Amino acid sequence: MSNHVSTYNPQSRFAKWFDERLPIMRLVHDSFVDFPTPRNLNYLWTFGGILSFCLVAQILTGVMLAMHYQPSAEGAFNSIEHIRRDVNFGWMIRNFHAVGASMFFVAVYIHIFRGLYYGSYKAPREILWILGVLIFLAMMATAFMGYALPWGQMSFWGVTVITNLFSSLDGIIPGFGTAIVEWLWGGYSVSGTTLNRFFSLHYLLPFVITGLVILHVWALHVAGQNNPTGIELQHKSDSVPMAPYAVMKDAVGMFAFLIVFAWFVFFLPDYLGHADNYIEANPLVTPPHIVPEWYFLPFYAILRAIPSKLGGVIAMFGSILVLFFVSWLDTSRVRSTKYRPIYRWFFWLFLFSCLALGYLGAKPAEGVYVFWARVFTAYYFAHFLIVMPIVGLIETPSKMPRSITESVLGPGGGGAGTPAGAAAAPEKR
Amino acid sequence: MVPYQRGRRSFVKLSMSKRVSRTAGPSPFDLHVSHQCKTPADGNGRNEEAHLAAEIEDPNRRDVLVLAANAFAAVGAASLIWPFVQQMNPDAGAKALASTEIDLTPVKEGQAITVMWRGKPVFIRNRTKDEVAAAAKTPVTELPDPEVDAKRVKAGKENWLVMVGICTHLGCVPKGQTMADSKGDFGGWFCPCHGSHYDTSGRIRKGPAPRNLEVPPYEFVSDTKIKIG
Repeated sequence: MSNHVSTYNPQSRFAKWFDERLPIMRLVHDSFVDFPTPRNLNYLWTFGGILSFCLVAQILTGVMLAMHYQPSAEGAFNSIEHIRRDVNFGWMIRNFHAVGASMFFVAVYIHIFRGLYYGSYKAPREILWILGVLIFLAMMATAFMGYALPWGQMSFWGVTVITNLFSSLDGIIPGFGTAIVEWLWGGYSVSGTTLNRFFSLHYLLPFVITGLVILHVWALHVAGQNNPTGIELQHKSDSVPMAPYAVMKDAVGMFAFLIVFAWFVFFLPDYLGHADNYIEANPLVTPPHIVPEWYFLPFYAILRAIPSKLGGVIAMFGSILVLFFVSWLDTSRVRSTKYRPIYRWFFWLFLFSCLALGYLGAKPAEGVYVFWARVFTAYYFAHFLIVMPIVGLIETPSKMPRSITESVLGPGGGGAGTPAGAAAAPEKR
Repeated sequence: MVPYQRGRRSFVKLSMSKRVSRTAGPSPFDLHVSHQCKTPADGNGRNEEAHLAAEIEDPNRRDVLVLAANAFAAVGAASLIWPFVQQMNPDAGAKALASTEIDLTPVKEGQAITVMWRGKPVFIRNRTKDEVAAAAKTPVTELPDPEVDAKRVKAGKENWLVMVGICTHLGCVPKGQTMADSKGDFGGWFCPCHGSHYDTSGRIRKGPAPRNLEVPPYEFVSDTKIKIG
C-alpha cells in the first residue's frame, strides 16, 4: 500500500550497490513479497494471479504461432492446418492458445463477478475498477480479432456480422456507417486485406493489455486489496505478508485452474469452438446459424434482443459501458454483499441473467428465445441503473465485524500483534 | 508489517488460528511467536507456548514435501519448454529428403546448369577434358582443404561435377555458371561477396572460404540421368 514502509534489506554488497542505482528488487520485494495481504482472502482472490498467468501464456504461445501462421486469405486456413499437423508440437501450442482464450475469459468473468459481489469497485478503488473494464474491452477486441485468423466459416462470417454493426451508424448520419465499415474492411467486403490488419492488431493489443495490467496492479497496490468483509486493513493482525501466504494460496488456485486448462487442451481442444470453423471461409455461403465464441454470447443476446438495428448495437456497447459507472451507481456504503441482505438477492439474479443471456445467445433469434432475451436484457440494465442506486439507499446492512481479524477469529478473538504479556487487556477496536 | 521469519522452525499451522484465539494469546499470524516456539514448553503446561510448540509441523516432513513439489514443478516446466523450443526446428516435411532427378542430355561439354534441391542451388557442370585434366593434376597438398578430384566425381563420369552452389564462407552463390560470368583465377567459380576462388573441381584455392564446395549425395540412375538426394 502507498503508506507501506519498505522492508527490503539487500543481503549482498552487490544487491546493495544495485539497489542504490535501480531499486527494482526493492519494488518487487515491497509489492509481491512483504506486501500486506488481508488474512481473510478466499480462493476467488486467486484469479488476479491466474489472469496474469493467462496473459503471459497467451503472448508466449501467440508469438510461437505467429512464426508459422500466414495472414493471407489464401494461406491462413492451410497454415493453421500446417500448424496442427506438421509443425513440431504445433497441435499443442495451438490448443494452448485457442483453449487459453476461453480459459482467460472464464477467469476474467469470475474475477469481475468477485469484484461485483465484494464491492471491489467502491472508493478508493474506482480507477482500479475502470482500468479493469478497459482491460476487459481490450481482451474482447483481441479475442474477436484472434478468432478471425483461422479464416474458417465462423471466422469470416463472425467478422462480417460484427464489423457490419458499425453500418448501423447510417441511421444517424447516412453514409457514415458504411464509410466506417469500408475503412475497417479495407475494401467492399471482408477480405484478405481485413485479415491482414486483424493479424497486425491481434499481435499489438496484448501488449496494450499488458500496459493496462501494470496500471491495474499499480492502482491495486495503492489502495490495497479488498477482502471478503470489504473492511479496510486497520491493524497488523488484519494482514499477512503476501509471500508465502497469498503466494501459496495463489499457487493452489493456479494449479487447480491449470488442471481444468490441461484437460481441455489435451482431451477436448475443440469443445469450446465451433465445427464450422474447420470449413474454409467462403464469401458465397453463409453458415445457417452464426454464433460467436461462448464468451461473447451474453452480449450477442443483448444485441439481438433489441428489435432496432441501431438500438441493438447501442444496447450491446452500453452493456459494457455501464460497467465504467458502477462505482457511482452503487449508493451503498457497505462494500461486501455478504452484509447486504437485500442486494444479495439481486446479485444472484444478475448472475443468473448473465448466464441466461449466454444460453439465449446460442439459440436462434426466434419465438420464446427472443422474449426471454428481452426480459433478461431489461434486468441487466435495470440492475445497474435502478437496483444499485435504490437498494443502496433503502437497505439496512446486517451487522458487520469490526475488523478483518474479528471476522476470522470471532468477537474478542486474536490480538493486534500485542506481546503475550499485554494480551490480558486487548485494546478495543 | 510483521516480518516473516525465515527458518525451519518458523512455520505455524494456520488452521490453529481459531483455537489459539480463545486463549486471547498472541495472534498466530504474529510470527514473532515463532521465536518462542523454539523454547521448550514449561512443565506446568499452562503456557500457551506449549500449544504452539505442539502444533509445529515436523520440519523434515515439510522439507521433503517442499523439495518434492519443487522438483516436480521444475520437471514440468522443463518438459513444457522442450516443445516450445522444438517447434522452431524443421518439421518432418522439411526434413524429408526430397530427391530430384535431372536429365543431363541437353548439357553439352563445357556447359553448366543450376537446379534446385532442398531449396538450395546445385551446380552441374559438364567439364571439358582440359578442365578435368587441370583438376586432376593439381597438387593436393597445397590446397586449403585437400581433396583429390577423383573423390568429388563418380568413377567413369569424371566430366560431370555436381556441387551445392553455396560458398562455404558465408553462403553466397558463386559466379561461374554462365559463359559471361567471371570464373575466378582458377577457371572454376568465383564468389563476388568476399572474393573466394574455386577451381575446376570446386575446391577452394584463394580467398576466405574454409572448405571446398559441398558435393551432395547423388547417383547416376542411367547413363544420362542423375538423382540428387
